[in-house]
This record gives sequence, C-alpha cells and structure tokens, in this order.
Amino acid sequence: MEKHEGFMKALKCRECGREYPLAATHVCEFDFGPLEVAYDYDRIKKSLTRALIQSRPQTMWRYRELLPIAHEPTVGTQVGFTPLVKADRLAKHLGIRELWIKNDTVNYPTLSFKDRVVSVALSRARELGFKIVACASTGNLANSVAANAAAAGLKAYVFIPSDLEQSKIVNSQVYGAQVIGIKGHYDEVNRLCAEIAGKFGWAFVNVNMRPYYAEGSKSMGFEIIEQLGWQVPQHTVVCMASGSLLTKIYKSYQEMMKLGLAPETKFHVHGAQATGCSPITTAQKAGLDFFKPVKPNTIAKSLAIGTPADGFYALRAMKETGSNSDDVTDDEIRDGIKMLAECEGIFAETAGGVTVGVAKKLIASGRIPANASAVLCITGNGLKTLDAVVGHVGRLREIRPNLREFETLLHTETEATPTH
Amino acid sequence: MPKLVRIPTPLRKLTHGDDTVEVVGATIGEVFSELETRYPGIKERLLDEQGEVRRFVNVYVNEEDIRFLDGQKTPLKDGAEISIIPAIAGG
Repeated sequence: MEKHEGFMKALKCRECGREYPLAATHVCEFDFGPLEVAYDYDRIKKSLTRALIQSRPQTMWRYRELLPIAHEPTVGTQVGFTPLVKADRLAKHLGIRELWIKNDTVNYPTLSFKDRVVSVALSRARELGFKIVACASTGNLANSVAANAAAAGLKAYVFIPSDLEQSKIVNSQVYGAQVIGIKGHYDEVNRLCAEIAGKFGWAFVNVNMRPYYAEGSKSMGFEIIEQLGWQVPQHTVVCMASGSLLTKIYKSYQEMMKLGLAPETKFHVHGAQATGCSPITTAQKAGLDFFKPVKPNTIAKSLAIGTPADGFYALRAMKETGSNSDDVTDDEIRDGIKMLAECEGIFAETAGGVTVGVAKKLIASGRIPANASAVLCITGNGLKTLDAVVGHVGRLREIRPNLREFETLLHTETEATPTH
Repeated sequence: MPKLVRIPTPLRKLTHGDDTVEVVGATIGEVFSELETRYPGIKERLLDEQGEVRRFVNVYVNEEDIRFLDGQKTPLKDGAEISIIPAIAGG
C-alpha cells in the first residue's frame, strides 16, 4: 500500500545520499550526516505556477508544494507573508542604492521567523501522530512552539537556558507550556534535548523533526522573491545561529529558479554573527571549510550557538555564491537596532541589530557594492529583548503637568539640537 | 570503577538496543577501540577515513565537548560519563 506523502519522496542524508522513510528522524545512521527532505521536483514543476501561488491566501502556505507536509497544513495556517519594506532612509544612512527589509518582527503569531518553521514542524508532527511536542530554544522557538501547540491542542515542553530574557520566558509560559530552564548555555540545553529525544517518544521540532522544521525557513526566501516581482535579490544579509536560515534562503532562491518561477541570476547570501559568538564568520573570513566551536558571550542570545549544526553548509553556501560575512560587537548590535528603528520605524531584537550592523560593515568595505540592491532578513521583534537596549535609548525627561515647564524643556532641547 | 557511554539512537542497532554501555578505556580514543571490539562497525560510524571524529558527531565527557578538552586523547577519570550526540540545530 502506497502512503500519500504529498510532493516528498524520502529523507536523504546530505553527506552520503542514503535514503530513509519520511519519519521523525534527523540523522543518518551511517555517518551522522543531517537528513533532508527530497522532493519530486518534476511533479512540482508541473503543478506549481505563479498564477496558482498568487491565487492563494497571503500566508507562507501559498508555496505548500515546496514545504514538507503530506496533506493540508493544520497548524499555523495564518503564518508568514510578512511585509517587504523598501528602506530608503536606512539605505541612505548605510550608503547603498536600494535596500529592503524583510520584516519578520511582525510574523504571526509570536513575532519571529520561528513561526514559519514551527508551523511546518507541528503540522508534520500531527501527520505522524504525535501528541506531545518539544524544543530546545534560545527563546523565540520556545515562544512559537508554546503558542502554536496551544492553538493546536498539543502538549508542549520547551527547554531554554535559565538566564534568558524575562520576556522570552513569560512569552512561553503564558500559553501553558511546560517551560524548563536549564542551568547552562544553549549548546548544553540542546545536548540534553538530544538525549531526552532519544529516550522519550516526543516530537522535538529541532531534533527529530528537524528535516521538516528547517524547510519552513525557505518560505521567507520565496516571499522575498515574489514581493520583489519574482526576482531573486542580488544581495541578502542573514543572521546566523546554527546557520540553517542562511542555507534555506539559499535553497529557496535555487528552487524558485530551478522551477522557472524566477529568472536565473547570480546572487549572494551574506552571513552575520555577533563577535561574542562568531564561529561561522571567523571560519568564513579565514577561508576555512569548517568552524571551530566557541563558548558564546553576547547580548544576541538568540544567536548564541557555539557549535552550529549547519555551520558547515552555511560556509559552503557562502563560498559557492562568492558571499561574505562579518560580525559585530554588543555596542554595534545596539547601534544596529537603533539605526533600523530610527530610520524605518521597525524595532528588531538583538539578532536584527546584528544583521543591520553587519550590513553596514559589508557596504562600507565594498563587499556589498554601493550601487547594488540588498535585502536584510530581520527575524525577531525588539519587544522580546528590551533588556538589551534599556539604558541605551535616551532618558525619560519628567515635568509637572505645566505648559511653562514643557516650553522650558523644549527651549533647552532646541538650543542643544538646532537642526531639529 | 568503569566509565559510562551513552549511545545515541542512530547507533543502538549496533549495540543491540542498549542505550548505555560500560567501558574501561583510559582515553576517548581507547574507548572508541573498545567499543569497536565489542560492537564491530561502530568505529567507522564515529570516525572518518583519517581517524578524526566525524564532522557531525559531537563527543562530550561529563558534559564538556572534547574539542574544548584534548580531543581523542582526553583522559577519562573513573565514573566519567561520555555522551555521543549528533550535531545540534538552531532554536
């Protein structure tokens, strides 16, 4: 009896090509290489057209043939299709001809790109019959698993480093998820989760469900292409934690070109990390194929992965596309957050500050040419990492409810900043 | 006192389903050889053709990555716990 698996063919090892059934498994038994979903592109090419995509609701699921579920999605059906904002003021500030912000700070429902991967992972988990879902998280993923599981009536366990930002902890607890704080950094949380996943029969979205989960990130790239009028952008800047998002943006561009949905073109996907956790950019800048693990120390906690699982593939994607990468200090991250907020009215979390800060460096050094067009992937909302910017964004001036006091204050300010 | 190796799911077919194995080797390298003697074929899953730990395999001694210790030469105290974990995804 043949099981209906949509447009998926098998899980396939990225290293040796061995194939596995489409189950909840993520590692090749032979060489520990990561498993990836293999699709029937010939069939997809016959059925997926621009017109069909455009006829569907504006969510990430309008590209569902290229997402790894067998049937219609059942979790996160409203996720995605976030704005692509033309950022003229920031472009001028950074000295580049044209700049776009892919604004996942307003992704639904938990204000980060993680809703994309979680809606795929949980829809697939349900297809495979799971009732309990779980994740190891630096915060955003925990929020998304907690919220989407609640809405789907699934029980959720989320494991996070116990020193996370308060708002990210509360933003998981409010949905009734079991939130477990681990006294350690993310790599330790993840190691523990790998062991828990091996022992309990749960759907860990970023462990045994990873082949499906990771594919959800491609929707960000598909949307960018469609929103640019079916063009692949010349330059895209992507922040890197495990490096997965960068490899999936790269894959999404290739798939759209392969299927004839966007014209063939050369493109670059540049990587961004925080200097306090920069195993991938350090290797890229040194021209190495593999990174050296580090112990993270940065305010960009959502990027603090010292042993990035997809670091190797992110390095390869950057090498193949002649792309660059760089990293920024905590102060540069805060400056990046402020630049984006003050120029475009978009409040990003620390990871967004990393992307903007690195874009600034790449443009200033000519690694992204001044006459080019670039897209910055902004992946999470600043309301989640207020701790990182409190005390760095100006002070509150207090006056009594008295017009004269206000006029005095305004007068002092005007003298201090005559340009306003 | 022996040391304990936690066997990850992908390797349990080789260990006849056992998720922990007791060993006596004095270093990580010795433990790999010891495992190979008992479970033929396990070493090539963990090490590449050059004898290096495979790119997507992480080995921990008492929760510390051996790449921050002394690699395969990392010495093992009595009662040490060794974890073999596939590479870690983002979150």
